[in-house]
Amino acid sequence: MIVEIDRVRFAWKSGQRDILDITRLEITAGERVFIEGPSGSGKSTLFSLLGGVVRPREGTVRVLQADISQMPAARRDRFRADHIGFVFQMFNLVPYLSMMDNVVLPCRFSHRRFERAQTRSGSPEAEARRLLVRLGLEPAELLARPVTELSIGQQQRVAIARALIGAPELIMADEPTSALDEGTRKRFLQVLSEQCDEAGVSLLFASHDTRLGALFDRRISLDELNRNGAGMPGQAP
Amino acid sequence: MAMVRLALRSVFSRRVTAGLTLLAIAISVAMLLGVEKVRRDARGAFANTISGTDLVVGARSGAIQLLLYSVFRIGNATNNISWETYQDIGGFPRVLWTVPISLGDSHRGFRVMGTSSAYFEHYRYARTETLQFGSGGPFVDVFDAVLGAEVADRLGYALEDRIIVSHGAGDVSFVEHDDKPFRVAGILRPTGTPVDRTVHVSVQGFTAMHVDWMAGAPMPGLAITADEARGMDLTPKTITAFLVGLDRKIAIFDVQRRINDYSEEPVLAIIPGVALQELWDLMSVAENLLRFVSAMVVATGLLGMLTVILSSLEARRREMAVLRSVGARPLHVFALFMSEAMVFALVGAAAGVVLLYVALLVGQPIVAREFGLHLPIALPGPGDWWIIAAVVAAGTAAGAVPAIRAYRLSLADGLSMRI
Repeated sequence: MIVEIDRVRFAWKSGQRDILDITRLEITAGERVFIEGPSGSGKSTLFSLLGGVVRPREGTVRVLQADISQMPAARRDRFRADHIGFVFQMFNLVPYLSMMDNVVLPCRFSHRRFERAQTRSGSPEAEARRLLVRLGLEPAELLARPVTELSIGQQQRVAIARALIGAPELIMADEPTSALDEGTRKRFLQVLSEQCDEAGVSLLFASHDTRLGALFDRRISLDELNRNGAGMPGQAP
Repeated sequence: MAMVRLALRSVFSRRVTAGLTLLAIAISVAMLLGVEKVRRDARGAFANTISGTDLVVGARSGAIQLLLYSVFRIGNATNNISWETYQDIGGFPRVLWTVPISLGDSHRGFRVMGTSSAYFEHYRYARTETLQFGSGGPFVDVFDAVLGAEVADRLGYALEDRIIVSHGAGDVSFVEHDDKPFRVAGILRPTGTPVDRTVHVSVQGFTAMHVDWMAGAPMPGLAITADEARGMDLTPKTITAFLVGLDRKIAIFDVQRRINDYSEEPVLAIIPGVALQELWDLMSVAENLLRFVSAMVVATGLLGMLTVILSSLEARRREMAVLRSVGARPLHVFALFMSEAMVFALVGAAAGVVLLYVALLVGQPIVAREFGLHLPIALPGPGDWWIIAAVVAAGTAAGAVPAIRAYRLSLADGLSMRI
């Protein structure tokens, strides 16, 4: 079991209405799961919980069998750095770093991922280069350019490389295709799935675009999962 | 350490605003260090100007005024003292030597000082240095002159050249002693003191220039040539001041009191070091004000830096979320912004030091020419390092303001990209 949520309640501020109230969610290792829900339904909040950025008000969140809801903040941050890769909707890259430095960034915060990248390719930089090539980015011609000059499609692929480097067990992608056009989106999904399969990584993919759900092993509707459907603001359960 | 690298990149990516901010800090640091340097060097130069002289005696006025006009050639004497008084005091017990000083004339902007050959023997500067002749020697004839190094250099004079002295101490004079030219008999080596900017003549020569004058103007119908003057009694009636050397230092206060109690004429004897200290006390108010203003300029520079970092904060919330997602803790974000402030302060201070030295290279000859102050170009002293360290520390500490804000933001935002 890579993710296990048990009777979790969460509110951003104490005293406010719970935005998430999930009785049970289980994801097995290697599974590719599509989480659908309109914007504002709590997808990002769920990811914050799973990423250990915030703690639930009640209940337990287990990632890789570890109860991250009981960990102190520093350990949660380290846990996230070691085991989880993220891809966001857009602006995934640190604008003042090169493509290479963006990709190897997780290896600077996680010793585990540094070592795994090193074991795999000799050095984080070599591993970054390998991943970028696999993702259809030719590093030689792109490395010199500032990342802000890359197209959004290219930026998202760099973000995948960054999420994959050092082989974390879980990748969470939050609306990663919303800023892409039809053609790029297809290519992006294909590349993401391929890479996750190849690395044996579990994938949590959240999007409001239900059409994409068919490409995944399993689809979960957050509105059904979450008993406090935030899609109906102001309404008490 | 990783955060410092990130901070460097981040600052570099905003070259234009960062550059301007750095420039503001650099200028302020250069100004603070510059003020401190000028203050220190000016003190050093003043303190090094006269030594070996136990007392300076002149007409009764203020101690500082007497010191300024007799030794530093700044300002003018209000009154003269008589030659009899000079002779009289020269005969006091414990007095080893006296050197007369007559002022009031000039040569093309440089002060002309009437004195005796003993001046070249007894005058000391920079504690123990004596005056050295670069060429020639002391006066031989009544109409001989000895030039300070800068006078000769700036006006291009060599030995045996003839110079004409102007009446009055101003830069521009309308009355010239052109009937009695002086021969350049000697040129002194540079000393870094007002001696370099002085034309020395004998008191006899000084008297001779004015022998056919009365009440500050040439007497109509009476023209005495240089040769005629040579035959006359050229003992001056008055002099401006004189230097006194004693055989025993311990007697300074006794002799000073005796001179100040001298009943024939109101005279004032000062101890150069003591008068210099009085001058510093007077100047310290202005100095401290100048330091305060410079410190305020540095504070303004650092405030500018704070503004730049703080105003970038909103736009950088996404960047912070990305960093959090790859494993950065809020403390890392805090460190990133602290490091940016440190980079600004450090690079700004370093640029300020460079700026100061560039300004010194350019300004040194100008300051030397206009103010007679030699600013040696030396490595920063311990005092300078303290100032630099203080600026860097203050800048880094100021970085806590945006850093704490960034810390709170990244804690609140987490991974969500609020736009």
